[in-house]
Amino acid sequence: MISDGWEAVIGMEVHVQLSTRSKMFCSCAADYLGAAPNSNVCPVCMGMPGVLPVANRVAVEKVLKTALALNCSIPEKSKFDRKNYFYPDLPKGYQISQYDLPLSRDGWLDTGGARVRITRAHLEEDTGSLKHAGDALHTAQESLVDLNRSGVPLMEIVSEPDIRSAEEARDYALALRQLLRYVGASEADMEKGQLRVEPNISVRRRGDDKLGVKTELKNLNSFRALYRGVEFEIRRQVEVLSGGGEVAQETRGWSEPEQRTFSQRSKEYAQDYRYFPEPDLPPIIIDPGWLDGLRDELPELPGPRRLRLLREHGLSEQDARELTAEKATADYFEAVVAAGAEAKPAANWVIQEAPAARPEHLAAVIRLVAAGSINRDQAREVLGAAASTGADPDQIVRDRGLAQISDEAELGAIVDRVLLENPGAVADYRAGKQQAIQALVGKVIGASQRRANAQVARRLLEERLGT
Amino acid sequence: MRRRETTPSELLERQLHDIEARDEQVGAFLRLTPKPARVQAAEADARYARGEPLGPLDGIPLAVKDVLCVDGVETTAGSKILAGFHPPYDATAIARLRAAGSVFVGMTNCDEFAMGSSTENSGYFPTRNPWGLDRVPGGSSGGSAAAVAAGMAVLALGTDTGGSIRQPAALCGVVGMKPTYGRVSRYGLIAFASSLDQIGPFTRSVTDAAQVLQAISGRDPRDATSGDRPVDMLSQLEAGVEGLRVGVAREYTEVEGIEAGVRARVDEALLKLESAGAELVPVRLPHTDYGLAAYYIVAPAEASSNLARFDGIKYGASDPTAGTLLETYLRTRRHGFGPEVRRRIMLGTYALSSGYYDAYYLKAQKVRTLVARDFAEAFKDCDVIVSATSPTVAFEIGAKTSDPLAMYLCDVLTLGGNLAGLPGISLPCGEAEGLPVGLQVLAPQWREDVALRVARAYEVAGGIMSRVAPS
Repeated sequence: MISDGWEAVIGMEVHVQLSTRSKMFCSCAADYLGAAPNSNVCPVCMGMPGVLPVANRVAVEKVLKTALALNCSIPEKSKFDRKNYFYPDLPKGYQISQYDLPLSRDGWLDTGGARVRITRAHLEEDTGSLKHAGDALHTAQESLVDLNRSGVPLMEIVSEPDIRSAEEARDYALALRQLLRYVGASEADMEKGQLRVEPNISVRRRGDDKLGVKTELKNLNSFRALYRGVEFEIRRQVEVLSGGGEVAQETRGWSEPEQRTFSQRSKEYAQDYRYFPEPDLPPIIIDPGWLDGLRDELPELPGPRRLRLLREHGLSEQDARELTAEKATADYFEAVVAAGAEAKPAANWVIQEAPAARPEHLAAVIRLVAAGSINRDQAREVLGAAASTGADPDQIVRDRGLAQISDEAELGAIVDRVLLENPGAVADYRAGKQQAIQALVGKVIGASQRRANAQVARRLLEERLGT
Repeated sequence: MRRRETTPSELLERQLHDIEARDEQVGAFLRLTPKPARVQAAEADARYARGEPLGPLDGIPLAVKDVLCVDGVETTAGSKILAGFHPPYDATAIARLRAAGSVFVGMTNCDEFAMGSSTENSGYFPTRNPWGLDRVPGGSSGGSAAAVAAGMAVLALGTDTGGSIRQPAALCGVVGMKPTYGRVSRYGLIAFASSLDQIGPFTRSVTDAAQVLQAISGRDPRDATSGDRPVDMLSQLEAGVEGLRVGVAREYTEVEGIEAGVRARVDEALLKLESAGAELVPVRLPHTDYGLAAYYIVAPAEASSNLARFDGIKYGASDPTAGTLLETYLRTRRHGFGPEVRRRIMLGTYALSSGYYDAYYLKAQKVRTLVARDFAEAFKDCDVIVSATSPTVAFEIGAKTSDPLAMYLCDVLTLGGNLAGLPGISLPCGEAEGLPVGLQVLAPQWREDVALRVARAYEVAGGIMSRVAPS
């Protein structure tokens, strides 16, 4: 993928909207999607004169839980700082963020293959958003400010430049999303802007230990865009450098329609944000008891859980990975096994069918299939009925007369009738057309109102046709 | 009013009449709010008629410094940039006074965004001292001090960031108190310097000040820096000074530029406290000079950030001729802010800039810690520290406008209390050159009760009550 002799060096900045009920510093709803412009606002998140922020404790706890899950160290004292800059979507003229005492530092995240070191995870507030009237930004005559998003809690997770490819970048983002969902920090939906991934990308000659000039990539609204954007940017930089040019330090956007990156903003002159401690908020004192309580609330994390499923249930690596992709899936699978199902068929059912039935109902259905009482088609029907009516699968099987016919005497009578009624197929089979037996099995199943055990029917047919 | 000799409405009408008679000369009010005031007064009338007043403040007219948001009333922080701004919310202090039955007569003049010591930096017009119309009333809460001094309000609210309540109280001959940082919620106070600002009362007696403070103090869930401490401003008020130790700091009594008349009145006041039973003890405040420098770093730094929201985008003034975003910012702020505000924004921006942060802001914060330590040490040997509030009596209008540094020196005896977060009260202690002199009583954090008790004891022993300035 990447030209020989070159190496990409990538660090990730990820902004995560936390799934709290209220905003970071006021009581407006944190869920702003779909609200009419400037309807989800109050004097605090509009930056009116004289009003004050009050920190959302749940947001702080979600960052701390994420930090614990990322193996970060957490200080005894943290604080908020003001990051000062002017922009119309920033109503106070500063963003409340964290500068030199973030809520956590120095952790790591194991992705598919690589371990990526985490520099820090801190808490800040989201900005509002701008709507530009017109077809394109540079021709827009007016820009409108919508502050519905202003003040939504935002966690920023910064990684060390430990990533070397587009694939690793995507794996990192996937692993992070999985972790965020496990700890309940965020829905982390990229399309909804809840997970904003900004890779910092540079390339250098393999073997070089000096870092190249980096670009920061924005507007990546899906994992696919992330992969393609990073891939494009690596190739672009290698081409520039191979051609004797220089990479400009800048922010670049990903254009989905054009499938390329484009220059957005030069970073040649670093903006001076004049950080200083936020005087409106007292420092956050993190006492060990609080942290212990949060640690106790953490669920088993995806990595350890995958290993445990492998160990306890003898599943394949692939199955264990798919089952632990989402916490809810793994919880469901384990509940089905706990209700008495065999692990392997339980894994197949959960992965392939993702049934909506209660775990004990799926366990019962798996037992019925294993006992040969119902076939797979019937099992689906039973699960559907169990999910919609809440009735017990055994009861559904009895009520609907679904039990599979495996009894040789009962099935034998049907087989005999089918043979008499289908002389053509019988003749074909006897003339050597092996596949004609399949048609006869189908007839038997049809004549039994789909209740026939297909294997038993086939054997009886073969016996009677003298093979 | 309890004795039904008058009613809140009668009191309000008399007050409005007095304002009409005197304020053209004094200029204490930026705008009056007779309509909502009459509604409030009528409600109070009904409560008194039923024999169910809400408490001692019910039906009493109160003037509000223009930096405290009053729901639906134009609030501008004395600045053109906020002209026309009607906050849809009450400051917490206002809400508490509203609940106590206060009648809000109007918004008082102040230095723009509370930046100044003379009220000459108002974006609208200067206020004159009722004791001498060629003199400043002090600042930044000069309008509130002048309103109470001229009998145009019984009570007023001000804010104090470096002395902005105490210094005008001293210059206008009224009582003014700045509480402990965190005692009164800052919610709805248009911020100047968030780590220093506090709201407090102007009154004509120590007891009234205690009553107002009692009503506005206490934890507010909307201000994370407000303290959760018991509030008792009243029970020790009459306890006297017998056995109390009154600290006297040489750095304050011999401060540069202190006028002889001021010093004489303060010395007499100290003797009166001594004869009332207090013990005078010398204390040291060695970092006083550095405190002034630190204050003029920290306060502008915070202000530069606090005032960033006035950008012409959301509310207040906006320059309609601007063609681009940058022009909107530059023109709105250049025309909307006065020269002193622009000066402090520049000072503060510079102090926070990368490469200068350590040398200025960080150093200033360290000095602040040292100043707080000075007071902590001093309070090991005394219960209160008593001094002049201002080194001078009210100066002539225009005397210091061309010399910002001279103006900054007005706060040298008061801003230490802000840097250390201490409560302090200023009360009249006589006159010099025919103008009022103020006595400052500083107490340890959360000990407003001790400061009030000493102030009240002086009021009794000294026999000097605040009186309305003759017109």
